[in-house]
Amino acid sequence: MSFFNPKAASSKTVAKHALDPALQPWVEKYRPKTIDDVSAQDHTVAVLQKTLTSTNLPHMLFYGPPGTGKTSTILALSRQLFGSPDNFRNRVLELNASDERGIAIVRDKIKNFARQTPRAQAVASDGKTYPCPPYKIIILDEADSMTQDAQGALRRIMETYARITRFCLVCNYVTRIIEPLASRCSKFRFTPLDPSSSSLRLSHIATAENIHVDSVVIDTLINTSNGDLRRAITYLQSASRLSSSTDPPTPITSVDIQEIAGVVPASVINEFANVLGVDVGDIMDIGNPVKKSSFESIRNKVKELMREGFSATQILSQLHDLIILHPTLSGRHKSLCAHIFAEADKALCDGADEELWILDVGLRVCKAITT
Amino acid sequence: MSLWVDQFRPRTLDDLHYHQGLSARLKSLAASGDFPHMLFYGPSGAGKKTRITCTLRQLFGGGVEKLKIDQRIFLSPSKRKLEVNIVQSNFHIEITPSEAGNYDRVVIQELLKEIAQTQQVDLNAKQRFKVVIINEADSLSRDAQAALRRTMEKYMSNMRIILCANSTSRLIAPIKSRCLLMRVAAPSPGEMELVLKHVAKRATFTLPPEAAAKIIDDTGGNLRKAILVLEALKMQSPDLSGPLTIAKPDWETYCHKVADLIVGEQSPARVMEVRGKFYELLSHCIPPTIILKTVAERVVERVDESLKADIMHWAAFYEVRMRVGSKKIYHLEAWVVKVMSLYKHFFFDIDMSSFD
Ligand SMILES: Nc1ncnc2c1ncn2[C@@H]1O[C@H](COP(=O)(O)OP(=O)(O)OP(=O)(O)O)[C@@H](O)[C@H]1O
Ligand SMILES: Nc1ncnc2c1ncn2[C@@H]1O[C@H](COP(=O)(O)OP(=O)(O)OP(=O)(O)O)[C@@H](O)[C@H]1O
Ligand SMILES: [Mg+2]
Ligand SMILES: [Mg+2]
Repeated sequence: MSFFNPKAASSKTVAKHALDPALQPWVEKYRPKTIDDVSAQDHTVAVLQKTLTSTNLPHMLFYGPPGTGKTSTILALSRQLFGSPDNFRNRVLELNASDERGIAIVRDKIKNFARQTPRAQAVASDGKTYPCPPYKIIILDEADSMTQDAQGALRRIMETYARITRFCLVCNYVTRIIEPLASRCSKFRFTPLDPSSSSLRLSHIATAENIHVDSVVIDTLINTSNGDLRRAITYLQSASRLSSSTDPPTPITSVDIQEIAGVVPASVINEFANVLGVDVGDIMDIGNPVKKSSFESIRNKVKELMREGFSATQILSQLHDLIILHPTLSGRHKSLCAHIFAEADKALCDGADEELWILDVGLRVCKAITT
Repeated sequence: MSLWVDQFRPRTLDDLHYHQGLSARLKSLAASGDFPHMLFYGPSGAGKKTRITCTLRQLFGGGVEKLKIDQRIFLSPSKRKLEVNIVQSNFHIEITPSEAGNYDRVVIQELLKEIAQTQQVDLNAKQRFKVVIINEADSLSRDAQAALRRTMEKYMSNMRIILCANSTSRLIAPIKSRCLLMRVAAPSPGEMELVLKHVAKRATFTLPPEAAAKIIDDTGGNLRKAILVLEALKMQSPDLSGPLTIAKPDWETYCHKVADLIVGEQSPARVMEVRGKFYELLSHCIPPTIILKTVAERVVERVDESLKADIMHWAAFYEVRMRVGSKKIYHLEAWVVKVMSLYKHFFFDIDMSSFD
């Protein structure tokens, strides 16, 4: 199979044809090149800095939500240790969920790489010297998609070849990594990016790209991306493309960002809440507050929302915020609703039908706050 | 001769009749010569696919319409053969990985890497990347979605992915994080009328407003269905005058019968009877979720207001169990029993149900 063929599996054939930088996606263009470039994650960066000057590196487990810098950090660290591409190729093995990683591969490919004695340092073609410590690194990105069996087979390998091979497991959900593996690793938690780090990074990119972005727009980017920097960067690039392609170019607005991010307009959520009998009078002017909600009215509203194609998870999260932060609803009502939202979130994660569940949320919220 | 839905399908972004804002955005993205990975989502028949093909045309020119269809064989890890149909032009390739069932991951892994590693061969191509369209992305297994993640980053220089889905809930967060989301809402009744009128004009007849209203009312925002219905009606009565009856599909009538059975009598014998009907529907490949929703909607039409919310609640409850569980029929049946019990309580035990 072609992906076992190391020539096909490496990305170097691809990298040769450098892209026109103007067309390069910013998420890749501004992927941190060194661990110093990694925003936030201060603790992780500080610890890893030290490993650059010593020859010691523990097995590591990186975990945290999407777009927080896990993959970037380990790739940057490996590059700083070995220098790309010269030593990188025979010192670093990167496998991710797109590679076959069943138990057979663990026993075969991973083990073979793990037991090779690290080759002597080659002269770096860029003339720099790299620490090139006497071990290899195996990066198992997206490790939470590996089966339990395959993870189990890693245990021995990690121990046996620990002297010459270090593992770095990367995942979103640390609970999906079996305990014996997790306990062999130093754990590094990647947190959603805090607003000030995100803001700095986004402004840095905006300056480098020579575009003007208001601070209001940056705030919107941060609010809509929930600490996922990759998403914020994608939104920014798309918005900038859209605004620069109009004639004459227009500045990027918060509304553009919300539209791109798939945020449901506040007026739509308010109307929905109104139909459920939530008092939205002081939040927004809606002509006629609903006096009595009926099954019919709620169902029709839900059908309308579905026709608009809004994502159920997005509706749920915005309705949740509206109710939980509501100025006058009682604590008891809010806790009843919180329970309903939690159940619906779980169901949607399990792949439930969106219409049935938004309807159920609507009907139950309505009942909860009117009794 | 092809159907009107295909014959009169808009081919360029300028021809699209509605959601002008969205078309403008797609146009400016395509004009910049590059775009990010994208996820198109929205209800069925809203025009997702149409918009995607128009965007590709804008990007690559008419060449994207020269399609060839191949069948590819993939081997599952247990060496089973999986056949998948692939539609492709020189510039893009379109797959529906759900055809490979549980082994969709294998298709994603092999096919995408293969595409990612071949360069654009057409020297006249305006763009140096190929586009991969993945249909029914919301039915991709978790493993297949995971397999997409790093592939989407690593091969960004010569591949763009367009995912097409009805909803985004079933897609894992890291995938959504890598895409630009494009919501395609169903057209409003006014917009549907515009399109129907346009189709009528191209087919050289005029559409009476009553007929248009009836079709729009009956098809609930699904434009494909509306155009199909229009063509069928036109065959039946060429001048489209007088009272029109839009035939319901058989399975829908059958589901309504099931609902009537449930409301008609609540007994173990009736449960058995209903079960037989469910089996019949399932064996005709009607998706279980559709069965449950259609039956439930009909039941709530026929019961007291105070029961409706509960009936829908349990429909939602058992629908998700049906997905997580393995035997669909258990959960359909559990719901029926629940509804019958609610209904009986309501009649014989009025005090237990609280009126306000
Ligand atoms: N902490 C960060 N500092 C700087 N850039 C970041 C950071 N986190 C994310 N980014 C930006 O987002 C992009 C994606 O980040 P990365 O691939 O490291 O995410 P990840 O944590 O591995 O996410 P996933 O769990 O989805 O794989 C990077 O190319 C970079 O542009
Ligand atoms: N903007 C438009 N203007 C006119 N007709 C349209 C437009 N968009 C879609 N149509 C018509 O609607 C039909 C259905 O559209 P399409 O196949 O794109 O739907 P879809 O969203 O991909 O649906 P599904 O989710 O069911 O696959 C097309 O055959 C086309 O004739
Ligand atoms: Mg990653
Ligand atoms: Mg389609």
